[in-house]
Amino acid sequence: MDTRLLVEDFSAWYGQTQAVKNVTLPVYASQVTAIIGPSGCGKSTFIRCLNRLHEVIPGTRTRGRVLLDGQNIYDDKVDPAEIRRRVGMVFQKPNPFPTMSIFDNVAAGLRVHGLPPGTTAEEVVEKSLKMVGLWDEVADRLQDSGVSLSGGQQQRLCIARALAVEPEVLLMDEPCSALDPVSTLKIEELIKGLKEKYTIVIVTHNMHQAARVADYTAFFLNGQLIEYGVTSDIFTNPRDQRTEDYITGRFG
Amino acid sequence: MIAGRDQRRKFSNKLMLVLAAAATVLALLPLGSILLYVATKGLLALNWDFFTQLPKPVGEPGGGLANAIVGTLILVGLASVMGIPLGIMTGIYLAEFGRGRLAWLVRFTCDVMTGIPSIIVGIVVYGTIVVAMKRFSAIAGGVALAIIMLPLVTRTTEEMLKLVPNSLREASLALGASQWRTTYSIVLRSAMGGIITGSLLAVARVAGETAPLLFTALSSRYWHTGLDQRIASLPVYIYTYATTPYEEMHRLAWGAALVLVAMVLVTSIAARLAGRRAGGGR
Amino acid sequence: MQMPSPKSRRWGDSLFRGLTFLAALGMIGLVMVIAVQLIRGSQLAFTHFGLGFVTGSRWDPVHGAFGSLPLVYGTIVSSLIALLIAVPLSLGIAIYLAELAPHWVRTPVSFLVELLAAIPSVVYGLWGVFVLVPLVRTALEPFLQRTLGWLPFFQGTYYGFGMLAAGIILAIMIIPTISAVSREVLLAVPNSQREAMLALGATRWETIKMAVLPYGRSGILGAVILGLGRAIGETMAVTMVIGNRPQISPSVFELAQTIASIIANEFSEAFDELHLSALVMAGLVLFVVTLLLNILARLLVWRVARAPEGVTRE
Ligand SMILES: Nc1ncnc2c1ncn2[C@@H]1O[C@H](COP(=O)(O)OP(=O)(O)O)[C@@H](O)[C@H]1O
Ligand SMILES: [Mg+2]
Repeated sequence: MDTRLLVEDFSAWYGQTQAVKNVTLPVYASQVTAIIGPSGCGKSTFIRCLNRLHEVIPGTRTRGRVLLDGQNIYDDKVDPAEIRRRVGMVFQKPNPFPTMSIFDNVAAGLRVHGLPPGTTAEEVVEKSLKMVGLWDEVADRLQDSGVSLSGGQQQRLCIARALAVEPEVLLMDEPCSALDPVSTLKIEELIKGLKEKYTIVIVTHNMHQAARVADYTAFFLNGQLIEYGVTSDIFTNPRDQRTEDYITGRFG
Repeated sequence: MIAGRDQRRKFSNKLMLVLAAAATVLALLPLGSILLYVATKGLLALNWDFFTQLPKPVGEPGGGLANAIVGTLILVGLASVMGIPLGIMTGIYLAEFGRGRLAWLVRFTCDVMTGIPSIIVGIVVYGTIVVAMKRFSAIAGGVALAIIMLPLVTRTTEEMLKLVPNSLREASLALGASQWRTTYSIVLRSAMGGIITGSLLAVARVAGETAPLLFTALSSRYWHTGLDQRIASLPVYIYTYATTPYEEMHRLAWGAALVLVAMVLVTSIAARLAGRRAGGGR
Repeated sequence: MQMPSPKSRRWGDSLFRGLTFLAALGMIGLVMVIAVQLIRGSQLAFTHFGLGFVTGSRWDPVHGAFGSLPLVYGTIVSSLIALLIAVPLSLGIAIYLAELAPHWVRTPVSFLVELLAAIPSVVYGLWGVFVLVPLVRTALEPFLQRTLGWLPFFQGTYYGFGMLAAGIILAIMIIPTISAVSREVLLAVPNSQREAMLALGATRWETIKMAVLPYGRSGILGAVILGLGRAIGETMAVTMVIGNRPQISPSVFELAQTIASIIANEFSEAFDELHLSALVMAGLVLFVVTLLLNILARLLVWRVARAPEGVTRE
């Protein structure tokens, strides 16, 4: 199986506090990888290191390498903006741009990167909205504000916005934690459909969700990667006692 | 997706970030220039006479602006005596009792008043006090400055009192203290630093006001003789001297500007220190 | 400490409450006095000129002509020049301080910008007369005429004094207001908005342009209107550099006059009832306009961020 992202001995800090400690982990292409662990264990920090978003917070630093298709994204010559285009991100709380219409929200990335050759903005927006299953719901009101949608729709709009610039990897940081069960289900279905084309890394503290959508699961504790493997192994047959404690504690 | 586009994006990114920093530098240039001119030209004008002598008539060299310095202190003192207590009382009303429509109206009025051009205050004080007294006076000037101070003091007081935790109030009330004693001794005391800061900033603000004095306190070439008489002030002297054709007066105007700016800045900085020391304020 | 008896305590409480209540009422009363006084004072001019006061284009006290159009024109144009200069600069400052500057730079630079607001208007005027005006006369006006002289705005004699100098000095004076309020507005923009744009692969500037500024746009508009309100009401510095001639000329090199500056100039020398009343009426116009602008600005700014005390107050 192809390795899309290879994290090598990676650490991240906020000032003096180290939030990610010497993590080494391969992320496989066209697979869904879940990151689980108790709150505060560094899941968000870790995933934000994969598109170099960690460094936009003042006072932070990192050490180690992250290889995207073999290229170290932390190399001096690399432009973080280009990495962020190739590695898209969806956040915990839906964050559409409130002053933009639904259409403009999806097209926001296109406005900075330009259109792929031979396409129009209308085509790309339609395609992206269809991919997230939002097209039928909003096709007749594309000019309405992005925040006029419901929470679940907003989150799918944000996914469409991320997909419109054709990333290779999609990072999702607890994308359903602010949503109702029905919307959550829709997004989980969506993730399963998207993995054909995209490599997905999803943070979740809901272990059922990890079990449902992920091919691979990584368990984090106190900033360390404790265990990583095929999802079913992690849940049925954990090798580490701490993983087992966490899983059984939660699964009750 | 096209190489040229990325180059352009990177370039405009750099350009705009540099422009933002340049704007900041550019905006600070006049500040530097003003402070430099006031300091150098002002220092040249300052001497013993400046602080002890009365202004000389046009054409005669020498003289000082002692009366204007005293006048400004008197005017600001008068304004403070009137404006600060009233402002604090109104602030207490807003913070402690102010709920409902009346409080909203007071707050709104207060905000509106801070936007009123100070020259308007001058017109109104002229139309009431000066016309009634049939003469320009220190009192009229003090009232005009007090009106400008009032909303500044009110809003800082309110903000500062609101920062005092409710638990303090409740603890005091639970001990059987009356409301006013609670406000007076507990709440006011813990907000004191912030209120002093706000009052000093208001003082600094009105010390340099000129427009409202032009037709209230007017100006005077002599020592202050009574609150019901017209009175000299530094800002008005700067204005009149700067607009005359005489070198000697320009020199004194710069000296007056230095003294005035020093007074304003010292007060502003003292205000901040007072706030910091007492733990309130900003 | 001796406890007061319950009765005297209740009495003390209501006295205290009553006093603060009176003070609060006094504030409202004060604004009413201001309004009434201005209206009463302008009655004579109003009965004399009616609406012609606003449309009349000749202000000539010697001949009893009091048309305020030149003053309104001077006020608007000088304020527009000020906005033209101050808005881009202030936005640059706000962006620099809120988005770009390293932390150790922010506090001292913010302090310096605030210092700009602490300098008295009359000192700006003094500096204007002796530093800015000569600079405008010998460098800026010749330069503008050479490069843009084909436009009607940049023609005529170089006085130094005039509309241009007034606009520049106003710009310097309103920069602290606009930049400080805009900075607060930008700081109130949630980080999730910035990160959303950054995560799409946008550069920092693209993030500011597409996510941060649009999010704060009504607050920034409020900041600009607040600055406009200050510019319109600003008196001393303008009076000292604008040349004080009530006329309407397309050229910004020309001498001009604003409502505030004519009041400062003529009020204490207006011995004629009608002249005095006309000046009060000009003041009334100024009062109403700044009132409306301030109300509008506050509504806009509050929608985004409560500006810190001491900033909107200037
Ligand atoms: N902006 C920040 N500044 C300082 N410390 C932070 C910041 N964000 C997170 N942390 C700390 O880093 C650790 C990991 O946080 P995070 O990655 O958000 O955990 P998770 O997403 O697993 O809940 C926590 O101890 C948290 O307190
Ligand atoms: Mg998290």
